[in-house]
Amino acid sequence: MPEPFNLTDSCNHTADLSAFDAERYRSDFPILKRHVSSGEPLAFLDNAASSQRPSVVIDAMADCYESYYANVHRGIHTLSEESTDRYEQARATTARFLNAAEEKEIIFTAGCTAAINTVARSWGEANLGRGDTILLTIAEHHANIVPWHQLAERIGVNVVFIPINEAFDIADEVVLEYLDRYRPKLFAFTAASNTLGTEFPVKRWTEFAHAAGATVLVDAAQAAPHSVVDVQDWGVDFLAFSGHKVCGPTGIGVLYGKAEHLDAMPAFLGGGGMIDRVTTSGFSSAALPDKFEAGTPPIVEAIGLEAAIKYLSKIGLDTIHQYERSIGAYADAGLRNLEGVRIIGPTPNRKSGIVSFLIDHAHAHDTAQSLDSLGIAVRAGHHCTMPLHDAIGATATTRASFYFYNTFAEADRLIEAVKSTRAKFAPSGRKRRGRTVS
Amino acid sequence: MSPSEHDIYQEHVLEHYEDPYHRGSLADATHADEGNNPLCGDVIHIDLKLSCDGKIEQAWFDGEGCKISQASASMLTEAIEGKTLEEVKAFSAEEMLKLFGPRLTPNRQKCCLLSWRVLQSAMHSPVGDFDDDENSNEDPQFGGPSLSEES
Repeated sequence: MPEPFNLTDSCNHTADLSAFDAERYRSDFPILKRHVSSGEPLAFLDNAASSQRPSVVIDAMADCYESYYANVHRGIHTLSEESTDRYEQARATTARFLNAAEEKEIIFTAGCTAAINTVARSWGEANLGRGDTILLTIAEHHANIVPWHQLAERIGVNVVFIPINEAFDIADEVVLEYLDRYRPKLFAFTAASNTLGTEFPVKRWTEFAHAAGATVLVDAAQAAPHSVVDVQDWGVDFLAFSGHKVCGPTGIGVLYGKAEHLDAMPAFLGGGGMIDRVTTSGFSSAALPDKFEAGTPPIVEAIGLEAAIKYLSKIGLDTIHQYERSIGAYADAGLRNLEGVRIIGPTPNRKSGIVSFLIDHAHAHDTAQSLDSLGIAVRAGHHCTMPLHDAIGATATTRASFYFYNTFAEADRLIEAVKSTRAKFAPSGRKRRGRTVS
Repeated sequence: MSPSEHDIYQEHVLEHYEDPYHRGSLADATHADEGNNPLCGDVIHIDLKLSCDGKIEQAWFDGEGCKISQASASMLTEAIEGKTLEEVKAFSAEEMLKLFGPRLTPNRQKCCLLSWRVLQSAMHSPVGDFDDDENSNEDPQFGGPSLSEES
């Protein structure tokens, strides 16, 4: 294994890292054994789009379906009671994962997008009005932009974006300046950029925002899979993340909200499960957390998510974060050194396992296609951050995103593949061979 | 299949990309149209000069985007010159993919078929009567769902 990149600030535990054996965890993930259509072994470096699942998650879900599945909170029978217990146990585990003060502060949603939309529709419409400002960063992904644009269309709020600087970062002074200038009612920002990889100081910015009178929502889609999230230490009002990026199933996400906010908010989706009483003339909402879980919830997905959270917690989110910083820095340095390759993102001390880049003379999709033929799965496109790409001046970038089950050997394969792709696509005086017209 | 068969960037593709046939505009074009492919942000403009006897006298393209969209446009303009309108109208999407050569996944077929789509509409778009209707809004006949979203 190559020497891990030596990081100076929060990650100087190289002794611990040498003990981290990604190979040991790879065998937990059946899919990582497969080969791609070209026959090459898979190097899965598209984890920021969605991670893979270990057997314990797949087994937990299969066990539910095979052994005790029934609808929750409804039936007076054995299976329903067992399913309800396990579903609520998943909520308790998720609350501990985020260090929430109370279990009822955890709302299971259809995903991170649904969680943010719940805040926009329920809290937003109840607390914001024409002329109020919602402050975002330009690094947000569409799930934390479009719900606010929709709110702007409905009730006339202003949506303001904090720009990034040339180092693909946002300085504290700029955040303070925007908070002071716009006095936003809400500051909604990502804990880590899915495109740049930049990790933002959530606790500090939350303090700034609260001092300026703003409520804070944190998009933790790219943070919860990779580092410790502590909603009480951070002091955030709302936080959202997805199940499928933390080795859990698709179709589930989590909305954390401080109980005082969630209690005061009107219900969002209406239906069964979220009511206390329904009459021909109206309804009254159930208490938390049911109030925000209309309809049959993602029961099996919650049970799968719990298995994923337990799996990650056993490895340790701090350990995962350290390893990803190390392998991310290694890949970043390897690609940065290549001629004709431009890294779109900050230096490794400001990010974790995400390396986005552009190759001269190559469209991002051509690069991804070429890497795929070599077995390397990366993401190419705008990564649901079109405003950010506009700001960078690129229509698309290619992104490699690592997880704890990726190896330094895979990082080496990426670097070599980018090198050969760059060589293949570089202008070399090729001449088109004439056609013989029939 | 060997890895090389999976490499769609075969030499003849890269040759057309680097040394394209008739890239540019045609001052005395009789027909023209333009279209885009939101997946890769590809744009293709095609200028045609039709002769009185209903043949494609000249075909030129211009645009930007991925290698597949640009190389396939070069191959297409080269292939259709001298053909009659009927022959070009009968030139199917399958034949376009065959002309390109390497097998493409449904998403990348959109890139390859962009110039083919623009050509088909350009034949119905006389210059002077140029309407810049958004062909991109029409459903392409081939290709899978958009790769663009991540939530």
